Amino acid sequence: MTVTQDHFRKALLDPAAAVPEGLQDAQGAAAGRRYDVYRNNVVVSLSEAMIKAFPHVRSLLGEQNFDSLVPLFVRAHPPRTPLMMHYGAEFPAFLEAFEPLKHLGYLGDVARLDLALRASYHAADASPFDPSVLQQAPEILADAHLHLAPSSHVLRSRWPLFDLWRRAAQQDAPEPRPQGQAVLITRPEFDPVVHLLPAGGATWLGALAEQPIGSAVETATAAAPDFDFAANLTLALRSNAFCTPEKDLL
Amino acid sequence: MYDQSSQPDGLPHGVGVGYKPQHFTDLREAPGPVEWIEVHAENYMGDGGRPHAQLRALSEQFALSVHGVGLSIGGDQPLDTDHLARLRTIMDRFSPASFSEHLAWSTHGAEFLNDLLPLPYTQATLDRVAAHIAQVQDTLGRQMLLENPSSYLAFAESTFTETDFLAALVEKTGCGLLLDVNNVFISATNLKLSPQAYIDAYPLDAVGEIHVGGHDEDHDDHGAPLLIDSHGAAVVDPVWALLDYTLVRSGPKPVLVEWDTDVPDWTTLRDEAARAATALAPALAI
Repeated sequence: MTVTQDHFRKALLDPAAAVPEGLQDAQGAAAGRRYDVYRNNVVVSLSEAMIKAFPHVRSLLGEQNFDSLVPLFVRAHPPRTPLMMHYGAEFPAFLEAFEPLKHLGYLGDVARLDLALRASYHAADASPFDPSVLQQAPEILADAHLHLAPSSHVLRSRWPLFDLWRRAAQQDAPEPRPQGQAVLITRPEFDPVVHLLPAGGATWLGALAEQPIGSAVETATAAAPDFDFAANLTLALRSNAFCTPEKDLL
Repeated sequence: MYDQSSQPDGLPHGVGVGYKPQHFTDLREAPGPVEWIEVHAENYMGDGGRPHAQLRALSEQFALSVHGVGLSIGGDQPLDTDHLARLRTIMDRFSPASFSEHLAWSTHGAEFLNDLLPLPYTQATLDRVAAHIAQVQDTLGRQMLLENPSSYLAFAESTFTETDFLAALVEKTGCGLLLDVNNVFISATNLKLSPQAYIDAYPLDAVGEIHVGGHDEDHDDHGAPLLIDSHGAAVVDPVWALLDYTLVRSGPKPVLVEWDTDVPDWTTLRDEAARAATALAPALAI
């Protein structure tokens, strides 16, 4: 009796499936519970990875609710790579499609925030931004390019994502305001930090990927008439959102 | 083929610990008997940030062992060449004294199951695993060590004992072995074998590293003891005794204390390391 890895895998994530024949104890009796050790290891280790990966979703949902939800997720979505640091990319969509959580529509975006925080933590190191770039004459400055550091992430949400994050992270945080919010994640040294972006900030930072400063400001102003360039620039500089790309270091 | 003459010197014949980030400062300031550290390769496969900075700093003070948990070397499908390339990057970046992986599989199709799953010991498995080990050693340009698993069950189809299977792999590939004596104790208990007989039959000359760690106790359907590898507790006395038994026969080796879940404070882990140093002392004195 050959037990292929296909046989072994099929019963692994299905608690109702029969243990494959050909697995046994020292006396040659069917493996039974012995096989369950592997079933348990897989689901528990993946669930523990999810608990570490989505602390803010867990805080908002409640530990007990979260911990009973994750085995459903890990059975449906095992990792696609041995890099567990990126596990859970399907979790935001899973939460949004999960009928019993329909009334907590914001959880998907909070999960995206947790994913972005982890991506930021593991992102490449980059050379700090040189602020002297900004001391040029306005017409030259308008044509200059700014580059987000690999660890910087921008997330827009129709939910009050910054307020929800703060509520999840701090017990005494105020009630989330009824508004959509965009957040900026930066990593000044090793620990990612979450910032609330002022109006138009997400559009401006997004536009900087392709446009020089001047036209990015026009793009942001067109999208958000109350876009405040000075406020957004100050936040981005103070939070170390930008870097000096390697090609500019020569 | 990898060039054996360019082989790193290997780990010191002293005590190491599995590195946990919460011990970073304590480990550096008060290492006690610890001469080297081991990290899981996959935790350092991000692009930068704190994990890389910590490992760079630790590499200046301690010899480094990189221990893979995701290569699925026993998988019945080709090795993941992207993952091999990531391992190569780690070797280039941190120049570890040793690289090791497991006699197990964990990837099936595109799924990574995050556990070390068991293999039948047959000629077909031997040929496949040997080819994978050769591919790893060629890609990394160095010898690798292969670790014996914790077994909870046996395959009716097996035709080799585990020790014969490992010896055949060493013979075919020139790989070294990582002897986990906690795993030996677990497997021997679970499959009603003698752990000492296992050590007697094991190719000790090929051992480049020894692991000790903690396990949990459970029972199977018939009430027989079922030990489960957890790395979540102190090393039990019978495992320390098995380490002594091994070291008398193997001579001094690098010995690692593994504690990966319910990780204790640094002092507790350092005490375990000190106990391992005591176990090593007679072998070093010869």
